[in-house]
Amino acid sequence: MNSSSPETLVIQAGRAEQHYWRDLWRFRELLGFLAWRDIKVRYKQAVLGITWSVIQPAVQTVLLTFVFSKLAKMPDGGVPYPLLVLAGLLPWQLFSSAFGGASNSLVGNANLISKIYFPRLIVPLSALAVALVDLLILLAITLPVTLLYGVMPTWRLLLLPVFIFLGLLVAFGAGLWITALTVKYRDFRFISPFLLQIGLFVTPIGYRTDFLPNWRDLLALNPLTGVVNGFRWCLLGGDFEFFASGLIMSLLISAVLLGTGLWYFRGTERQFVDVI
Amino acid sequence: MSDTVIAVEGLSKLYRLGRVARHDTLRDAISHRLTHLPGFARRSRQDDATDELWALRDVTFEIKRGDVLGIIGRNGAGKSTLLKILSRITEPTNGRVTLRGRVASLLEVGTGFHPELTGRENIFLNGAILGMSRAEIRRKFDEIVAFAEVERFLDTAVKHYSSGMYVRLAFAVAAHLEPEILIVDEVLAVGDMQFQKKCLGKMQEVASGEGRTVLFVSHNTAAVQNLCTQCMLLEAGRRRFFGATNEALALYVDSGATTGGPAIDKQVVQANSPVLCTSLAVNGNATDRVAVANTAEPLEITVEVRVTGDTRLSMEASLCDRYGNKLVLCSPGHDQDGEDTHRLTPGHYRLRFRVQLPQLFRGHYLLDLTLAQPYVCKYASFPLAIELAVDSSGLSWGRMYEDAGVPVGFMVVPGRVTAERIGNL
Repeated sequence: MNSSSPETLVIQAGRAEQHYWRDLWRFRELLGFLAWRDIKVRYKQAVLGITWSVIQPAVQTVLLTFVFSKLAKMPDGGVPYPLLVLAGLLPWQLFSSAFGGASNSLVGNANLISKIYFPRLIVPLSALAVALVDLLILLAITLPVTLLYGVMPTWRLLLLPVFIFLGLLVAFGAGLWITALTVKYRDFRFISPFLLQIGLFVTPIGYRTDFLPNWRDLLALNPLTGVVNGFRWCLLGGDFEFFASGLIMSLLISAVLLGTGLWYFRGTERQFVDVI
Repeated sequence: MSDTVIAVEGLSKLYRLGRVARHDTLRDAISHRLTHLPGFARRSRQDDATDELWALRDVTFEIKRGDVLGIIGRNGAGKSTLLKILSRITEPTNGRVTLRGRVASLLEVGTGFHPELTGRENIFLNGAILGMSRAEIRRKFDEIVAFAEVERFLDTAVKHYSSGMYVRLAFAVAAHLEPEILIVDEVLAVGDMQFQKKCLGKMQEVASGEGRTVLFVSHNTAAVQNLCTQCMLLEAGRRRFFGATNEALALYVDSGATTGGPAIDKQVVQANSPVLCTSLAVNGNATDRVAVANTAEPLEITVEVRVTGDTRLSMEASLCDRYGNKLVLCSPGHDQDGEDTHRLTPGHYRLRFRVQLPQLFRGHYLLDLTLAQPYVCKYASFPLAIELAVDSSGLSWGRMYEDAGVPVGFMVVPGRVTAERIGNL
């Protein structure tokens, strides 16, 4: 009798989250499977398949270069403008894919949530994993392009994972808020694309903040600014100064976002099924 | 060490119907906040109370290792809510559950199956969703595939599967879980008979052979009777009975499948049906409880219908036992363009159907009626709507079998039993 694990679980109102973090670890494989499913399914029946994940940023790079460099004549500080844009687009793509995916994740997986128990955090987390895979593909294409422009990688490239991680944290914090709110108020389905549109402009993708002294501190309130600057600093070599105070601001804001996001998500998680 | 695997004490679950719906959009939530500000006209408290529904009320029971508990009750009795709480999908409002052992729940067949993925990929995905590790799935992979009988289609996207294949594959994955406690909701209602039997066999094996504990919700009373060592009857969220399966089923059957009210109220009409029944009577009795003295006489079923479009119409009746298991189908017999299918133009009609039932033993039976355009579509039906109380006590035939329990009826066949000597001792 004692051979079978006498693992005891008590379910009671208000304390259903017993063993939550242990369960999260136990279900880590599910996280991988959900991410794998989303990646696998996304380009099914699309003739160009995975190429789409390259075409979009390529077109965006050309457009943004044209608008900011040729029309607005923004200063490039000696860096080829397309590279500047590309290095800004990478973290933006990471964020928008992770945030967009996480925002829709709970409602999109409503059938799972209403039939099976698992820590619900798995669902938005798997959206992050999908975004990360996308980024790695883009990165693999970007690096040869920077070489073509004659920009040699430096030791700073080794710090890139830190900024990738920071970008994911920002997306996770914001995504937790939106996805938990969407469960109850479907209005947030319309709000998240809207936020992404605004973000595209208030994030320094097509321009450099170090040449905009008047705006730099204001832009630093956007936690992604620190991420974008970090990406450029890592990828494009010596011409970028390390804007430390901006980075600290980014860190602070993303920590607050993540903390409150987790708090709200965990607080409402137990009612998801009854509302979804 | 106590052998109790599941202990449920005073479990309740309250749903606030109105409040959830009212807050579905942000605008509603904001306007609700505003109207509830002090000073604003307040909605009466009574109004709020009517929006509340106790899906479960103060349910207490215990299950020991190796038990198979059947949970029965009508729709809305709280069966699914109970399973959802035990599977940790939703949390109770009050009460406490103690579970000893790993729980796996199967509330739906094929949860998380993705139509675009192949059978092979879905086995892994579904396994992970049900809580199996990758290594565990790999180890059981061949067994799962063999059980589901889908070897040839493993690398085909499941959206191209027939529904039977889909269900088989989904159940096969679930059947190979190895939890200490298995929770199964009405999942056997799908799939063909042969596969249902295989699934029931597998569940029986799991419970008796391997000492697992199974909780089983089903409307299939035959399955409950075969599988369950104990049974709980829920009624409107409360525990009505807990104990021997036969007693529970008997109570369930008696608990008002029929009410003595008008049979016509039991009508289930298909959407956009051009045919609607306006009255129904069996042997001139329009209620849902009909006493029949002797089934040697045909039953006469009279239905009045309102037809609103050109159609062809026929009727069939099934005789079921009191658990709803079908015994005999009574059909006028029609082929594709059969004579028995009436061509009807809009108007009111009275249909008469004389049904010759087999000789039934004394007891209660249920009658199921269907009006349909044969081979095309069903228009209206009366599922298990009419209770036949058969009193065959006046008959002299068939006495020697009556209490044997197995046959429900008998036929008087033409001819005699002859005896012919074919040899000496």
